Amino acid sequence: MTKQPFRSEGGTYLIRAHTGGAPAGPFLPGFWRSPLRGPWLTSVFGLVLLVGLIIVAVTGLLSYAAYQPRLPGNDTTPGKGLLGFYLFDWPTNPAWMYRITQGAHVILGLTLVPVLLAKLWSVIPKLFDWPPVRSPAQAMERASLVLLVGGAVFQFVTGILNIQLFYVFPFSFYPAHLYGAWIFLAALALHVALRLPKAIRAARSRSLRQELRTRLADTRPEPPDPDGLVAAEPAPPTMSRRGMLGFVGGGSALMFGLSVGQTLDGPLRRTALLAPHGRVYGPGPNDFQVNKTAAGLGVTAADAGDAWRLTVAGAKQVRLSRADLLAMPLHTYALPIACVEGWSTEQVWTGVRLADLALLAGIPPGAAELTARSLQRFGYFGQASFSVRQVADPRSLLALRVNGADLSLDHGFPARIIVPNAPGVHNTKWVRELAYRRESR
Amino acid sequence: MKWRSAYGAGPWHLVGLAACFAVAGYAATRVVGAGILIGFAVWFIGAVILHDLVLWPLYSVADGVLRRGVVRTRPPRRRPAVVNHVRVPVALSGLLLLVWFPLVLGRSEGNYRSAVGLSTSPYFARWLFVALALFVVSGVIYAVRWWAAGRSDH
Repeated sequence: MTKQPFRSEGGTYLIRAHTGGAPAGPFLPGFWRSPLRGPWLTSVFGLVLLVGLIIVAVTGLLSYAAYQPRLPGNDTTPGKGLLGFYLFDWPTNPAWMYRITQGAHVILGLTLVPVLLAKLWSVIPKLFDWPPVRSPAQAMERASLVLLVGGAVFQFVTGILNIQLFYVFPFSFYPAHLYGAWIFLAALALHVALRLPKAIRAARSRSLRQELRTRLADTRPEPPDPDGLVAAEPAPPTMSRRGMLGFVGGGSALMFGLSVGQTLDGPLRRTALLAPHGRVYGPGPNDFQVNKTAAGLGVTAADAGDAWRLTVAGAKQVRLSRADLLAMPLHTYALPIACVEGWSTEQVWTGVRLADLALLAGIPPGAAELTARSLQRFGYFGQASFSVRQVADPRSLLALRVNGADLSLDHGFPARIIVPNAPGVHNTKWVRELAYRRESR
Repeated sequence: MKWRSAYGAGPWHLVGLAACFAVAGYAATRVVGAGILIGFAVWFIGAVILHDLVLWPLYSVADGVLRRGVVRTRPPRRRPAVVNHVRVPVALSGLLLLVWFPLVLGRSEGNYRSAVGLSTSPYFARWLFVALALFVVSGVIYAVRWWAAGRSDH
């Protein structure tokens, strides 16, 4: 047994000085020993990541549009400038669209974590390229890679911490994640433009089917490449290429399998063992996921008690008790709550149509915009504004009951908004005022 | 040709870079407008440092240590190597901890309880359960491979 196989990355940082002019350690080509690194492996990770990140980016931008930032008070990033160029009036059909797009954004993002880590591992020797600068072109490209790697890790880290309510970052999540996305996407678009042809060539250089049949004993390094990804002195492999793909794919399957349940209803919801909002509360009509308890936002049972009155304002103003509301025509729809944090659940809501309440305010539903205001004392989203289309949809309710029972205090008693396909946080709880106005356009 | 030798790539390379920096630069002005530049920049550059100079060296060293530790207990000839049956469950449970540590270690308990109305306390046991399951599955697969390798000897 020679010592050769055990001189490997992570095992031997202190490599003897070399005559190449480079400092010791990772700046020496001989430092890199993995027999699996090479253009083919990098291209496989890169192409998977490219497809996945396009979906994550598009669904993320859609989520921004879902907040209807052009309506009063809805925009969490009022200084966005040209970065809001693509905004459009968010539809109410299909009611489950935001459930799908935002679920995909969060769950796919989590699923891609192992692929991102593997991709970065596969190209990390390039970080220690020596000499560090060969030409102006290469220097600027390396600067763009700071935006690419920094942007990717920044977006994943802020998103992952935010869905766990771990607000340790010194900024509001919304502007940081939106502007971080644009910086990352700028660098990603350039990276794809510069590298996609090479990545496709590399992916075609080996047969995936063949790799999936190749055992460890038959695993050989890729042929030397001009970019120096393939180790100059590869160690004997401890894992086959298919083993590596299975390892990363298994990590992704694990991330997916332990979190996707928070977007599902029924028994599969219990599979969300490691997801923040896949919790089980019990078997009752109000025992579904809460996000923001009454206590957390300073709403008491007294606020929501018999003295509560709803102000409906517009061309005229009325004040309604809960009994008044229950005496109006009630409608029942099964509609999802879908949160920006990626979880969702469908429940059966009963309440008064927002369109009927617009008529009480003296504004025809086909022309009425709405701002709903909550009793909540703290926190963001104490109000939300809705478009004419959202107010006019017959399924848009001021809900009083859920699954046949009165709303619980944590689910917004005495009354809450439910609008099909709106982001969960716009389904304002503990509503105290519905302010209707004629469409401003 | 003169351009290429001076710059190091074709002119379209420079056009692409200029477009990238223009969009990123504009987004950076919005970050300034939001009044969060310092924190944003620290976290953005910190993200590069965190991955390239903290996470990658740590898991590389850990993998080296693990490989040398496991190789000392090298199985007899013709039996499958142990290394990946330790490496994979360690890495996957580490991945889960890396992603979910605010829940698993109860770091977001205050915000979580106020929002969700429940404690984060079950998450540690859940993570431990998944980690144990990964080791058990990996061990069972190893036992099967050991048995299969023994059979093929005869």
